[in-house]
Amino acid sequence: MAAHRCGLSLVCILIFSSLAHPSSCDTLEKANDNTAEKRSISEVNTDGSVAGEALNERQWQSTDAEVDRSDSTTHSEALTPAAARDEFQEELVIRPLHSGDIYASFQFRTLWDTDFLQEGQKVSHYRLFPKSLGQVLSKFSVRELHISFTQGFWRTMQWGQPFIPSPPGAELWVWFHDTVSDVDGNWKELTNVLSGIFCASLNFIDLTNTVQPSASFKPLGLGNATDHRFLRYATLPREIVCTENLTPWKKLLPCGSKAGLAVLMKSEKLFHSSFHSQAVHIRPICQDEQCSSKAWELRQTLNVVFDLHTSGQGKKEWSLFKMFSRTLTEACPLASSSKVYVDITDNPEGELFELSPATPLLGQAVVLGDRRTYSVYDLSRAETFGQLRSFNLLLRWKGDSGDMLRPLLHAERYVAGFGLQTGEIHTVIYNNHPYRAFPVLLMDSVPWYLQLYIHTLTVTSKSRDNKPSYIHYQPAKDRHRPHLLEMLIQLPPHSMTEVTVQFERALLKWTEYTPDPNHDLTSIVPVKEESSYFVRVYTEPLLVNLPTPDFSMPYNVICLTCTVVAVGYGSFYNLLTRTFQVDEPSPPLSKRLANLIRRMRGVPLLT
Amino acid sequence: MGLLSDPNRRKALTGLLTRLNTPICIVCYLAGIVWFMGLAFEPFTLRTYMSENAMGSTMVEERFSSGERALSLAKEFDAHKRKAGGMPVEWLVKAMQSRGLEVFTQSFSRKLPFPDENKERYMVRGTNVYGILRAPRAPRTEALVITAPCSPGNTNNQAVALLLALAQYFRNQIYWAKDIIFLVNEHDLIGTQAWLEGYHHTNITEYISGSLRGRAGSIQAALSLELSSDVITSLDLVLEGLNGQLPNLDLANLFYAFCQKLGVLCTIQGKLQRNDWDTAEGYTHAAQTMMLMVLKQACGRSWGDHGLFLRYHIEAASVRGINSFRHYKTDATTIGRLLEGMVRKLNNLLERLHQSYFFYLLPSLSRFVSIGYYMPAFGLLAVILLLRALDLWVHLGAPALAAVDGVTEAEQPSSPGVLTVLTPVVISHLTGVALYLLPVHLQEMAVEHFPVSETEAVVLTAIAIYTAGLALPHNTQRLLSGEGTEQGWKVLKLTALLYLAVLLGCTALINFSLGFILAVTLVPITASITPALYAVVMVLLSPAFTILYCVFIYQELIEAPVSVSEGWMLFLSVISQGILDHALYGSLVYPLLALFIYPCWLMFWNILFWN
Repeated sequence: MAAHRCGLSLVCILIFSSLAHPSSCDTLEKANDNTAEKRSISEVNTDGSVAGEALNERQWQSTDAEVDRSDSTTHSEALTPAAARDEFQEELVIRPLHSGDIYASFQFRTLWDTDFLQEGQKVSHYRLFPKSLGQVLSKFSVRELHISFTQGFWRTMQWGQPFIPSPPGAELWVWFHDTVSDVDGNWKELTNVLSGIFCASLNFIDLTNTVQPSASFKPLGLGNATDHRFLRYATLPREIVCTENLTPWKKLLPCGSKAGLAVLMKSEKLFHSSFHSQAVHIRPICQDEQCSSKAWELRQTLNVVFDLHTSGQGKKEWSLFKMFSRTLTEACPLASSSKVYVDITDNPEGELFELSPATPLLGQAVVLGDRRTYSVYDLSRAETFGQLRSFNLLLRWKGDSGDMLRPLLHAERYVAGFGLQTGEIHTVIYNNHPYRAFPVLLMDSVPWYLQLYIHTLTVTSKSRDNKPSYIHYQPAKDRHRPHLLEMLIQLPPHSMTEVTVQFERALLKWTEYTPDPNHDLTSIVPVKEESSYFVRVYTEPLLVNLPTPDFSMPYNVICLTCTVVAVGYGSFYNLLTRTFQVDEPSPPLSKRLANLIRRMRGVPLLT
Repeated sequence: MGLLSDPNRRKALTGLLTRLNTPICIVCYLAGIVWFMGLAFEPFTLRTYMSENAMGSTMVEERFSSGERALSLAKEFDAHKRKAGGMPVEWLVKAMQSRGLEVFTQSFSRKLPFPDENKERYMVRGTNVYGILRAPRAPRTEALVITAPCSPGNTNNQAVALLLALAQYFRNQIYWAKDIIFLVNEHDLIGTQAWLEGYHHTNITEYISGSLRGRAGSIQAALSLELSSDVITSLDLVLEGLNGQLPNLDLANLFYAFCQKLGVLCTIQGKLQRNDWDTAEGYTHAAQTMMLMVLKQACGRSWGDHGLFLRYHIEAASVRGINSFRHYKTDATTIGRLLEGMVRKLNNLLERLHQSYFFYLLPSLSRFVSIGYYMPAFGLLAVILLLRALDLWVHLGAPALAAVDGVTEAEQPSSPGVLTVLTPVVISHLTGVALYLLPVHLQEMAVEHFPVSETEAVVLTAIAIYTAGLALPHNTQRLLSGEGTEQGWKVLKLTALLYLAVLLGCTALINFSLGFILAVTLVPITASITPALYAVVMVLLSPAFTILYCVFIYQELIEAPVSVSEGWMLFLSVISQGILDHALYGSLVYPLLALFIYPCWLMFWNILFWN
């Protein structure tokens, strides 16, 4: 009941805040972005039931986003009533998936009450916020930073939508402060520094894989500077995520992996999964409702999906111990809030699975336009841990796992054709909503070595031409810049939209091939889809086989043979086309003189 | 080059070549044949070895153990297949889903150009079912394919069942870095072709097929499994694919390595390996194995489901279980382990298979002949054509000292006009076009007027046009220039010789076996042709008779000799299969023969009737 009340009171705030700030509607788009990105902040604590249904969805979104902001403010006000201070919250959301798999999402949120972007402000005091990141932010005048490392691919058809989508490999996007004069220089240095911090090959980000999307990315935090000159976006689809990336990520947490939820992060378990994604999001947010002072928010998220089949045993049963080979014994002492949520939306009567220990606390939230119900376990209370002083959540499936889902929106991508000269990239976007059309912003970044024939770009829905209402295309420059294509497309209800564009494979210089050149090179597309609530969908990266010389001994043989043949051919051709004449040797000088005299005398010449 | 640019020495050299032309040609021909037959002699071949590091050094421990379950599954599958009277699509979809795969289906249909009497099909309608095991380690960028055809009758039930058992076992493993696609295709090659075209979104052979919903990136390798009995005595590896393409030799090495490791008898071309290479029997055995490979490769058809993958640059091979009632038996668990081992090694690949050879002949599974060794055999045959051409050129140029080239030669007043040569060339090629187009397009007319079935109509039309071609062109030059001159046929022969040399050279580069077989029969007759030659000899060495001989030799080699009439029936079916292969899968042997080789041969035929 307590949770219900808590939820209701939040609804009040929600409605109140939307009334108090009608002006929030003009930043609607930005608000949309906010909701997409954040997940638990807005939803887990809010109850959108009554209010939500009444309002139309757009308002829904804005109110929801408002909650996001008001929520953080409430927290800071409620829990730290004095002057704003640093603050740390941790939470774990567990969602049992239809396929029998289980999705665990950690979120650690650190607030840092400072504003070093103001002129002349030097920051030297760090409490909860990691110093390594703080220094990077101030040195490179970063306004917003989003970085994610992902292994595996999110299976929308089986798992539904993730809380925070991320593409396979590494993704980095950064908004710089508008005082930065040399954005490219800063970007270059920043990627190298981050590469060191996260032990990742982010230093391979250079101009050839960096783009500046004009419409696809908006700042998620304060400030509506949308001049995309200050935005840089890059992905490294080939980046392999491993323990060495996890360790530095854990070190950024105030409690490290010593206490709180982070003790669950044993790498041998986290990487024994079908999906693993860790991310760091930094953005400036308002400290209070008037936004008189700013704070920095660092959100570290880790999403992992454990697979029913590969986990062995075969029993459809999950526990914290089975997932992480650890149980929880305490909250992080530095955390102002430490909670575990279990999504029980599909299980109101406990007919699908059984949860133990049971909890009386329930929470509701709206996630991606969908109302969800959660069981809440508060780790800051001693009774959560019971008599054993350890908290091991147990989830036992009763029913059979469901079939494949039909998610509202999903997309796939593939290369059509065969051979090493041309090909066609197909991007297929499905809208499974029975009666609603969705506007979708599609962004595609293609490496320069695939030469796109942009005149062959077609967009078809229901076998009819679907004209994009906005197209931004930036052609590639060889060895300098990738292609960037952004389009706003309207997806008709219950339809399949296919975007195709043909390309030709470029011939690389032999030094430009990667160490394993016969492994194909990759290009990636994030597809971003926008609607009343905002979903970002990433498609799979593509492997495109480029014409590759055989870098082995036979290759040398071929080179040598070709040279010999070329030389031989030249001489032979010369020989065939030349006409030969027998050249009489010229007579010696004396004879010529004699002949000259004889000619003058009219006597027959000597031969 | 100095040798050639010195006119005196050049004269001496050409003199030598023209004087000794016939002996040299004979020696070259014999040397070519001997060289080729010597390829099967073990000391001249190389031992196979694994070139790919990612597959060579890593150890794999096979743990697959549900062979028994697979066999009971086979019975279940058989029952459902009978009930459904074809492919039990729903059962397969359920079976794959319950094993944790993402399952998709694809329906396809194809109307054959004429009924296929071997397999009794005309209007083909079917469904492919495939399940994708998503790799936990990779973002859907690469895939491996394991396919088992759902054949009519009792065959291949065990293959499908083993496929499902493997899927179940694989699904429980964490180490996959490539998605694995389990494909059960209906109507064997037609289903595979429809699926591949759907997967790559191409349409080169006019299939009507549904689009695929699920994909898994670029396919790196494929294995096709054919298994029809519970226990087998040996496993046969089939490599020959469409148009004579072969998969990378490392795939064969991988199969051989695991057969050795697990103690499974393995064969190629259905022939076991022998160790007694120094005896006559041992050599004959190796030579037979190699000849079988050459014949299979030359015919350009796909000898298993794997063959169609090769066009898409997917290395693929078929593994066929053979139960020949030997004493030594292998059970389903061992076959499962063998496949597990192979797939796991393929899973370790960092790059496409490219380290080893793509052009090779196999006299046994552990020995191979690489392109560098077998090409000289063909080269020795092809050089005969060039030598004869040189000889002719010198002879033609002899009266007029300034021999520049054949064409200007032909334009000299003493020699025939260019039309004399051009007319037979054009007529021959028109006949070739007719041979390529008419059989399929005229079948309705033929069926109306003659009491034959469509298939017979196509084949008999082809033979009729072929024969008619012999009667058509051989007196055009008389109309043009009255009496045929000696100069005339020599120019024509020179042109035809060079044309044939280019044709055979190009063919041999793509499909060595085809080029070699054609060279063996065509080269002697074309090199020695004069108007005085007997027409019978010419006909007996024509392309059609080459096919007929190949049919007989093939039957002899697989130890199923046939009588003349059976051989003739086989010959007819080979022709219809060749035309079907071209229409259904894009095999290029039929167009090559009809549009190029046959016209080229007709040009020589023309010389016979020059006077």
